[in-house]
Amino acid sequence: MNVRKNKLVSLAALGLVGGLALTACGGGSAAEEGNGSDGGGAAGGGYAELTGNLAGAGASSAQNAQTAWTESFMGLVGAEGGDLSVTYDPTGSGTGREQFLSGQVQFAGSDAALDEEELAGSTEVCNGEQAIDLPLYISPIAVVFNLEGVDSLNLPADVIGGIFAGDITKWNDPKIAEANPDADLPDLDVVPVHRSDDSGTTENFTDYLSKSAPDAWTHGPIETWPIEGGQSGDGTSGLISTVEGGNGTIGYADASQAGNLGIAAIQVGEEFVEYSADAAAKAVDVSPRAEGREENDIVFDLDRTTTESGVYPIVLVSYLVVCGSYADAAQGEAVKEYASYITSPEGQQTAADNAGSAPLTEELSTEVHEAIDGITVG
Amino acid sequence: MSTTDVMPETPETPPPSMSSSRRRVGDAVFSYLSIGSGLLIFVTLALVAIFLTTESLPAVRESREFIGESSAFSLLETTLPLIFGTVLAAAIALGIAIPVSIGIALFISHYAPRRMASGLGYMIDLLAAVPSVVYGLWGGIWLVPKLEPLYIFLNSTLGTWPSWPGFVPLVGGQPVVALFAGDPTAPMRNLASAAIVLAVMVLPIITAVAREVFLQTPRLQEEAALALGATRWETIRTVVLPFGKSGVVAASMLGLGRALGETMAVLMILAPGATFSFHILEVGMHQSIAANIASKQAEASGTEMSLLIFTGLVLFVLTFIINALARWIVARSGVKS
Repeated sequence: MNVRKNKLVSLAALGLVGGLALTACGGGSAAEEGNGSDGGGAAGGGYAELTGNLAGAGASSAQNAQTAWTESFMGLVGAEGGDLSVTYDPTGSGTGREQFLSGQVQFAGSDAALDEEELAGSTEVCNGEQAIDLPLYISPIAVVFNLEGVDSLNLPADVIGGIFAGDITKWNDPKIAEANPDADLPDLDVVPVHRSDDSGTTENFTDYLSKSAPDAWTHGPIETWPIEGGQSGDGTSGLISTVEGGNGTIGYADASQAGNLGIAAIQVGEEFVEYSADAAAKAVDVSPRAEGREENDIVFDLDRTTTESGVYPIVLVSYLVVCGSYADAAQGEAVKEYASYITSPEGQQTAADNAGSAPLTEELSTEVHEAIDGITVG
Repeated sequence: MSTTDVMPETPETPPPSMSSSRRRVGDAVFSYLSIGSGLLIFVTLALVAIFLTTESLPAVRESREFIGESSAFSLLETTLPLIFGTVLAAAIALGIAIPVSIGIALFISHYAPRRMASGLGYMIDLLAAVPSVVYGLWGGIWLVPKLEPLYIFLNSTLGTWPSWPGFVPLVGGQPVVALFAGDPTAPMRNLASAAIVLAVMVLPIITAVAREVFLQTPRLQEEAALALGATRWETIRTVVLPFGKSGVVAASMLGLGRALGETMAVLMILAPGATFSFHILEVGMHQSIAANIASKQAEASGTEMSLLIFTGLVLFVLTFIINALARWIVARSGVKS
């Protein structure tokens, strides 16, 4: 009874959407299967046919963005008569990838791309093809500080490295003073604050330190903080409240969560760059693609040591992991539509509003959509 | 685990008594229901134990202790600092909470006017109903900055105590047990703050049980003490406290159980670290097992997850040992009175 009714409704909606799509986009008929992932307007059509459940899991850092996406996407699908439920379980990057590779979820969100072994293993659940990584959004990591009487700071990479490694212990250290000739730096202990939980933010931050200040930061890129003792906070909010709670504290956090704290400008080449969505997106633009990967497996080897003007190099790229091919046609279509939606300008804006991420550049977004079009179904 | 021995018995429950053939149906149903409920506890406990054991096996199998390779992670090195932190935090919390609880319980049972006593008792029970995440928020945001001057005072005055040579073992010139020594930095997300909030959390449990025990003191004994000329304090010391001793121990053990397993409050207050430091004012030195699991499990997978579950098993066993200890103490002191 219910099913029949749903079918009727969706049939009616199909006709309606077809008409709309024709007038709105001047193409991309909804009747044509697998269309609708065309660069710009994600609402091209085909939403009315989407039914079933789509499950994703992965990075907890992407939770805000994913919640906003699933809600607005289900709203769009529902408005066109489709009946699709999309869920995202913030289990953490590692668990998300595991669940994806064992076929429990149809897509995964991850702070790191699949490695070779995982790619090879993915053919089992991906209809014989490999999984692909798609950049989902770019998240700038801000170096935040709480220092009475100082609102802005310029920090070269080796100074940040020295601070977090525990070698620079006073705010009036000559190295800090040299970069900040105008600031009135107090004779106060520097209190570095790190994340107490394992985090992609820590990994990307230390990756930046180990590449641009290898002498000052010798611990390499790590997920778990390597130095015993010291101030820390659980999660981004815990870290921020720890930095807020002290004087002379300095930490690193998702830029959107920095609140009222001071944000340091980072040295790139000869100038100091403050973080901005544009500068963060540029960091990905100047970075080369990781080598040895398929054409549609879009993974960046982030260039932390760039000297190009206006680039903010401390960024985290969050990836969406999907199959290169789906055996279940309905699921495949749903994944393609969802992926197209979240990487479209509209979806990126939703993430920027809800999670403070930097949107993908138009160029990258087009590339991603080409890769999504290449996903085969059935 | 001895609990696993219970498993085979669970499906079949022995019929209670066969004597009367004219037993009512209600009797039989009720007796089976109650036996079933009793056994359910054992089954649940056994299932938890089985889960913890099987899930932690992968970590044990890949550990340094098992395969003998120095490159592998060490179970002991991971777990021992966590056990240390857990027990130290719980011990300090109890050290603060027990005297205060006994004071409150005595006030309610022997000093306060009846109407006030019942109101106060009600409030104490209410305190037990506050969720731990609320205590965590309160502790992390409000309490921690307020404690800062106290810690700095303790650190500057008692920081070197006790440093008498020969009395306390010295390591690197630093007295090991100098609780207030070290270098505290703001914000004070240290073990002392966590322990204070834990103390507030276990206070209601200990107070409630101790109050009930003190109220059970035989009226005649108390009156006899008073008749012999004892003051109120002397009566409490000679009659009420000895009578309630085992009850207070049992109450403390209940509180200890909560303090050991408390997660949210510790997670939200403590800036963790993994050392064996007794410097409770220093941040980034300690971590409790439960808070560590909560903080790490979101991003853990495979062996990491298994290792976390292993620490959970350790906490499970630790709680068992402490409970057994408590029962033994209560049983022993119970015989004496």
